[in-house]
Amino acid sequence: MSIKVFIPRDSSALSLGAEKTAKAIAAEAAKRGFDIELVRNGSRGLFYLEPLVEVETAKGRVAYGPVQPKDVSGLFDADFLNGGSHPLNLGLTEEIEYLKKQERLTNARVGITDPVNLEDYLAHDGYKGLANALKLTPAEIVKQVTDSGLRGRGGAAFPTGIKWNTVLNAQGEQKYIVCNADEGDSGTFSDRMIMEDDPFVLVEGMTIAGLAVGATQGYIYLRVEYPHAHKNLNTAIAAAEQAGYLGANICGSGKAFNLEVRLGAGAYVCGEETSLLESLEGKRGLVRYKPPLPAIKGLFGKPTVINNVISLASVPIILDKGGEYYKNFGMGRSRGTLPIQLAGNIKRPGLIEKAFGITLRELLYDYGGGSATGRPIKAVQVGGPLGSFVPESQFDTPLDYEAFAANWAVLGHGGVVVFDDTVNMATMARYAMEFCAIESCGKCTPCRIGSTRGVEVMDKIINNQDRAKNIALLRDLSDVMLNSSLCALGGMTPYPVLSALNHFPGDFGVE
Amino acid sequence: MSQPDWDKNTVAQVIESLKDKPGAMLPILHGIQDALGYIPKGSVPLIANALNVSRAEVHGVITFYHYFRDTPPGKHTIHVCRAESCQSMNGSDLEAHAKAKLGIDYHETTADGAFSLEPVYCLGNCGCSPAISVDGEVHGRVSPERFDEILDEVRAQA
Ligand SMILES: NC(=O)c1ccc[n+]([C@@H]2O[C@H](COP(=O)([O-])OP(=O)(O)OC[C@H]3O[C@@H](n4cnc5c(N)ncnc54)[C@H](O)[C@@H]3O)[C@@H](O)[C@H]2O)c1
Ligand SMILES: Cc1cc2nc3c(=O)[nH]c(=O)nc-3n(C[C@H](O)[C@H](O)[C@H](O)COP(=O)(O)O)c2cc1C
Ligand code: SF4
Ligand code: FES
Repeated sequence: MSIKVFIPRDSSALSLGAEKTAKAIAAEAAKRGFDIELVRNGSRGLFYLEPLVEVETAKGRVAYGPVQPKDVSGLFDADFLNGGSHPLNLGLTEEIEYLKKQERLTNARVGITDPVNLEDYLAHDGYKGLANALKLTPAEIVKQVTDSGLRGRGGAAFPTGIKWNTVLNAQGEQKYIVCNADEGDSGTFSDRMIMEDDPFVLVEGMTIAGLAVGATQGYIYLRVEYPHAHKNLNTAIAAAEQAGYLGANICGSGKAFNLEVRLGAGAYVCGEETSLLESLEGKRGLVRYKPPLPAIKGLFGKPTVINNVISLASVPIILDKGGEYYKNFGMGRSRGTLPIQLAGNIKRPGLIEKAFGITLRELLYDYGGGSATGRPIKAVQVGGPLGSFVPESQFDTPLDYEAFAANWAVLGHGGVVVFDDTVNMATMARYAMEFCAIESCGKCTPCRIGSTRGVEVMDKIINNQDRAKNIALLRDLSDVMLNSSLCALGGMTPYPVLSALNHFPGDFGVE
Repeated sequence: MSQPDWDKNTVAQVIESLKDKPGAMLPILHGIQDALGYIPKGSVPLIANALNVSRAEVHGVITFYHYFRDTPPGKHTIHVCRAESCQSMNGSDLEAHAKAKLGIDYHETTADGAFSLEPVYCLGNCGCSPAISVDGEVHGRVSPERFDEILDEVRAQA
């Protein structure tokens, strides 16, 4: 019988050489006459160990990593196909602390299955949520989602059940489900991992959303920077259609749902929901005035559910195990789990799905092992380029939307980017303004003009020109952007800027 | 500057196959850029005509999106990530190195037509910063030395 060997196809694993490792293992097995079955799974999200190779044994999957082509012949010598000992042997994968301590609900299958194999998906609890949803009325489906306490994982944390209920009750012949897969935030990759490493769970979640609100067409608006996700989504959609999980008659229920992937084109602002809808309609991505909310007048003017990838991918387990089950994870008003993305200057970066409530300090030191450079961690930016820089004095803050808001910080999409003490926070503040200027849609003045002025003012501060005056100007400018921008791009750029200034005034030349 | 010759048939085929989709503009622009590497200025009236919108509108859409280009790219396009996570791992040194090594700035193409250089704001590879992509394939933990190796590998593929 052939031995199963797992080597990830996730793009982060590929970026570290997983393809070469896979080829080397296949070639060496052929040379030595071993019969192996090479499965290209997703990544477990332990990037410090990628390329991570796993072998199926009687005791479970045994991990080796990071494995480069030069290590391959030695692994065969060490009988790794039977879990043999070797310096790269990490023991049973499930026993690796970093993974063992996690609570993987949304990412339950990520790294385990072959992402585009429907049978594998079904064998690992796939489509159980849909099976339950098909037995419920639309209002009952929405109730499960409301009961789960799930809040929008795109960053704004609006209760998903309430949003769905608005669309359910909106009048309209045609309604749409739109998945926001623009994932523009630096420091985030959990949407990408779901789409590359378990695309069926997103397809299933969107199908359930369609049943819940009476929508028959769905679109996934995917950023063009994710070609592997594009390919895997399309493969999964085709397989689901073939097997009757999508199309005119889902699982024989008589209900229809169709799904199509559309590509963005490198505009960060198109992650903002109304800009995204304009883009889907074929226009420039100018932000719309709200109201009307997309739930009432969305894509092509029709009632539209628009949700982040992780929000939608969390729906299948909620419908499978019930809203109450999901709700039992978490703290305060932040229910369930968050796929946290630990990135930047950190020794052990990765995907960490945990119930809300874990502290930054646990993440940075217990999981992350401190900075990659070995220098002290000076600050972390949480919640993407529109999130605040958080200083060491706040590392005991639990990951919870309200606790972060109380510190004038943002949990957002759960990205944590680590900086060591060589970072200059004035440089980072300048970059935040520059990024806003580059990505501004240009519809409103505070953002369009304010960000360009912001870069100029930061340059003056950095060059020590009239510092006191320019810092006062920076604060005024930030105030205007904060209070009178049309969307959160202009409206939240002051978060990184002012948090940098307030927590690290020394870097701005202020005593 | 005069536009190089471009393949009008291919453009017409792309437009014809996609024009009836709801919101067909971006799919058409992607289709053309996938086929030709860029969106020739001369294709604007064809798109406008097929979608029943003004040329100005098509032009406005093309220029709004950073990804679309109206000049031919080099044989390979390198995107260097400029965003925060990559900055935290010396991304700015890598940027400087890439520009110096290729002898071009962002949005430029090397004289031999081999490489175009573009900035990108996150490749979703922030767990392996700093990151670049070459023709859509992402590379992680890219030191300046590793950058040079990647260039050599890409050149060797011919
Ligand atoms: N994931 C990323 O890559 C990324 C990038 C930039 C910003 N963000 C996040 O985006 C957030 C801002 O997003 P926003 O401007 O969409 O926030 P928002 O508060 O305006 O809206 C949140 C969501 O709730 C919906 N909503 C609000 N009230 C509703 C109601 N009464 N009924 C039904 N639906 C309702 C909105 O339509 C929207 O979908 C920021 O907090 C930031 O964290 C995320
Ligand atoms: C400038 C800007 C960019 C955004 N980018 C994204 C994004 O890439 N992905 C995302 O899910 N939400 C993004 N959002 C938030 C969306 O507007 C919206 O709140 C979200 O898609 C709703 O889905 P959710 O309720 O499931 O979070 C962005 C918001 C702004 C202001
Ligand atoms: S804040 Fe910026 S991105 Fe948002 S609508 Fe105004 S100009 Fe456009
Ligand atoms: S910030 Fe560079 S890959 Fe995300």
